[in-house]
Amino acid sequence: MIDTDFEIRTQDTGCVNESQLTHKWYHNIKYLIVGILFGIVFVKAEIISWFRIQEMFRFQSFHMYGVIGSAVVVGMISVLLIKRFNIKTIYGEPVVFLPKKFNKGQVYGGLLFGLGWAITGACPGPLFAQIGTGATVIVVVLLSAVVGTWVYGRFRERLPH
Amino acid sequence: MHSFIDWIRQPWPWYVAGPLIGLTVPALLLLGNKNFGISANLRHICAICLPAKIPFFQYNWRKEVWNLVFVAGILLGGVIAAGLLSNPQPVQVNPLLANDLAGYGITNYSQLVPADLFSWGQLLTVRGLLMMIGGGFLVGFGTRYAGGCTSGHAITGLSMLQWPSLVATICFMVGGLVMANFILPFLLSL
Repeated sequence: MIDTDFEIRTQDTGCVNESQLTHKWYHNIKYLIVGILFGIVFVKAEIISWFRIQEMFRFQSFHMYGVIGSAVVVGMISVLLIKRFNIKTIYGEPVVFLPKKFNKGQVYGGLLFGLGWAITGACPGPLFAQIGTGATVIVVVLLSAVVGTWVYGRFRERLPH
Repeated sequence: MHSFIDWIRQPWPWYVAGPLIGLTVPALLLLGNKNFGISANLRHICAICLPAKIPFFQYNWRKEVWNLVFVAGILLGGVIAAGLLSNPQPVQVNPLLANDLAGYGITNYSQLVPADLFSWGQLLTVRGLLMMIGGGFLVGFGTRYAGGCTSGHAITGLSMLQWPSLVATICFMVGGLVMANFILPFLLSL
């Protein structure tokens, strides 16, 4: 199957996979391990807590601002170092950075996601971790989010961007 | 060893968690040129399960399987954290918030996901239905419309100094502030 959707994807997802390499399935295990560590941090730092999200939006705790702020600082320094020293991937490929294009979806969609974030107390990542902690009903929230994504895809051309 | 386990079971402070999350950005880039972004998985699930000839879902999702494996890891991380490292104490929250929530009958602090709001029983109530189905829909629709979520825009986008991601992040915060302070009190009172 040929990837015909590259233009659209660079425009509206921050999640473009730039690697040109193809690997056997077991190469994905490293992403499983990063995911597991990440999920543990999510739970242990209470990032998946509905209460923490309410505290953030009511300015009643610094916790979430500290988490997101320090994550951005560490991410920014890492990206600068990768660019400055031209650090390659473990397969020797150069790291590719694609500029994001502005469109009005970032405003409208951003506001809508913000509304949902404060209701569910979870962005997409924490939804998966919440299910893992045994809150099985969150499967319903996740399925509803998949439906929301599908509806967006279905009516994408008619929405202002 | 025992004291280490006790120590690690406590909630972790922001200055430990934040930098670890930030390191996910270079980790994924260096492991295979992957951009950290979780909401894209919702799109991949649509593309796999019900593409329905919609152009937005016609792409080579097989190339993105790594991301689905990554979120499977997040779920497993949740299992491990809850099973082996769980904090036996009730969740600590700002007393102002606890006081306010008590007015809506939310008093159970045993879980990070409040059972008073998110449970199978609550799914049959108007409040539960609106919050779980409505909230989930907004998360899925909004993140894809915005082209990313907290990981893709707020963390990855800002790390790469992308100004459209700053716009998106500000909008996430504005939407959340409006909901938490002005609309959610009404939803909780249902």
